[in-house]
Amino acid sequence: MVELLVWPALVAYGEAALAYAGGLRTPRLGGNLAIWGVRVGWLAQTALLVVQGLRADGFPWGSWAGALNLFVWFVVGVYLVWGCNARFRLLGALVMPPAAALLAVSWLGGGTGVEDGVQAGALLAAHVGLMLAGLAGLAVAAGMSALYLWEDRSLTRRDSRLFRLRMPPLEALDRIAARVAGVSLGLLSGGIVLGLARLRSGEFDAAMAVTIVLWALVATILALRLEAGLRGRRAATLLTVALALIAVVLPITHFAS
Amino acid sequence: MKLVLVGISHHRAPVELRERVAVEPERAAELSSSLADGCEAVVLSTCNRTEIYLAADGDAGLDARATTALLALAGDESSEIAPVLYRLADESAALHLFRVAAGLDSLVPGEGEILGQVRTAFESGTTGALLDRVFSQALHAGRRARVETAIGESPASVPAAAAALAQQVFDDLRGRSAMLVGAGKMSELTARNLRSRGVRIAAIANRTPAHGDALAARLGASAVGLDGLRDQLRGVDVVVASTSAPGFVLRVDELEHEVRARRGRPLLLVDLAVPRDVDPALAMLDGCFVYDIDDLEAVVEASLDVRRAEAARAERVVATEAQRFQEWQASLAVVPAIASLRAHAEEIRAAELAKAEGRLGRLSESERRIVESMTAQIVNKLLHLPTVRLKQAAAAADGPAYADVVRHLFGLEGDEAQQ
Repeated sequence: MVELLVWPALVAYGEAALAYAGGLRTPRLGGNLAIWGVRVGWLAQTALLVVQGLRADGFPWGSWAGALNLFVWFVVGVYLVWGCNARFRLLGALVMPPAAALLAVSWLGGGTGVEDGVQAGALLAAHVGLMLAGLAGLAVAAGMSALYLWEDRSLTRRDSRLFRLRMPPLEALDRIAARVAGVSLGLLSGGIVLGLARLRSGEFDAAMAVTIVLWALVATILALRLEAGLRGRRAATLLTVALALIAVVLPITHFAS
Repeated sequence: MKLVLVGISHHRAPVELRERVAVEPERAAELSSSLADGCEAVVLSTCNRTEIYLAADGDAGLDARATTALLALAGDESSEIAPVLYRLADESAALHLFRVAAGLDSLVPGEGEILGQVRTAFESGTTGALLDRVFSQALHAGRRARVETAIGESPASVPAAAAALAQQVFDDLRGRSAMLVGAGKMSELTARNLRSRGVRIAAIANRTPAHGDALAARLGASAVGLDGLRDQLRGVDVVVASTSAPGFVLRVDELEHEVRARRGRPLLLVDLAVPRDVDPALAMLDGCFVYDIDDLEAVVEASLDVRRAEAARAERVVATEAQRFQEWQASLAVVPAIASLRAHAEEIRAAELAKAEGRLGRLSESERRIVESMTAQIVNKLLHLPTVRLKQAAAAADGPAYADVVRHLFGLEGDEAQQ
């Protein structure tokens, strides 16, 4: 039954990824097909997670594959809320192929089943959920910043293909990336506090240190934005660096178990 | 019904000829009204074309009437106009109008103004069943072409490219401000394009402020000298430069401090001048984007390539609308037969109800309404399929034969004559 829900999500995410790629040539049709693929896929994955949550004996997303499944759901969820429209179709072309690939990896790793639940308390479940949601949000914000840098480069180089590619407006990318990063920082803070609350003496390790460095980096970017007006190329570069840190943090914290 | 179009356009006539027959919208309305003696008339006049559309039940010399009216507009020089006129009728005329509304007949494919001009011509024309239908459908085809394809999306002129670039950088332009450096014609056109998208023109910097006064007054801006340029730069989002100065007016060494003080807040510098006014080194500063006239022309050229590629898809949209129009026009041939058939059926229904009046007398008012409604529904259901089939047959050019059969089977010949 659970496996039956994986396939619609995988197929719909895959369809969205292909439609976004095709949408670069035929924007209207491709964009509409992609947006519906994202919506349908996310609903199917939500149903999958609900069934997993109800049926699993313990916390179903404690394994690396389970955490990957939840991470993909958060990433697509953040994209659905802040970027899933015609203007941000290029962001979709960046987000959906990795989302589809990571869900497939999670499925291959057994993260979409219900058998291997991990016995964990509510505190650990909330910690994992908040951390993954925060990191997913930051990943999307960093993706937007990467897109900002690309567009900034195209504008600086006066690339005449700019309109053909239908990139989102530069300031909209900057504004929304900052907003997504702000919300993600709140979620990450909650996750870190819960993580520290569970911590026994002597357990502080390199993974936690990298997580806190990531938190500090994003907090500094946002504080500088608010207080010193940091924006544009430098802010986008720093936020894109956060993506590299997430790529380090996730495997060694939540996908390593 | 017959539809006739006589016109002159940029395809065959240079501007010297087109301007002789161009008419203002008010004059076009008057002309439509004067031409609509026993027929329908619309006069469409734009910078690329003047066309007269006439429609009537019979031919009634429509072609000659439209030609005479068009030649009369040229007055004494009508002999030069006559050879470049084109004439189209019925489906061809409708297809031509659909292509015009979709921007496929324009110099710049998909240009935006033509749809509004077709609407204005339609609204000021003297229309009836046929021209109502053909112009409504042309507007629909024009909208579809722009919604379903990207033919009208990208900028097609230098001022439009500058405004589109500003939109690409700043998203919504409402509440943004711009400064003009120099008061040339091109910068005024760009300023007007920016203003139409919500940008406020804050200042016009000119070597001699007095020269910028008139333009500043027209655009609701303040006029300043070039020495006030640096102060203005911190507050504006877009700068449009078009002076005739021999060297750079906006130099990186003079403006670096002002640009850095913006802390990455984007600044779009549009340089329309030759020789250039804006130091290209400014583009190296964070958030500073510099576009000169060649860059803007490259944007326009790339846009036109997109529009030309989209034109093929827009042609398909127009072709489906033309097909629909053709089917509608063909269905007109069977409308009298359908009307007679329905009138005949209604007559029988009313007569049978009247005959049964004695027995229905005992019925209450609500029961009587039910009987009325039920008998009407029976008639409608019986006639629905024959009506649909007749219209289908009309679309396939068999309409008149089918209509004759219906008239013969139901004995409608006399009814139609009475109607």
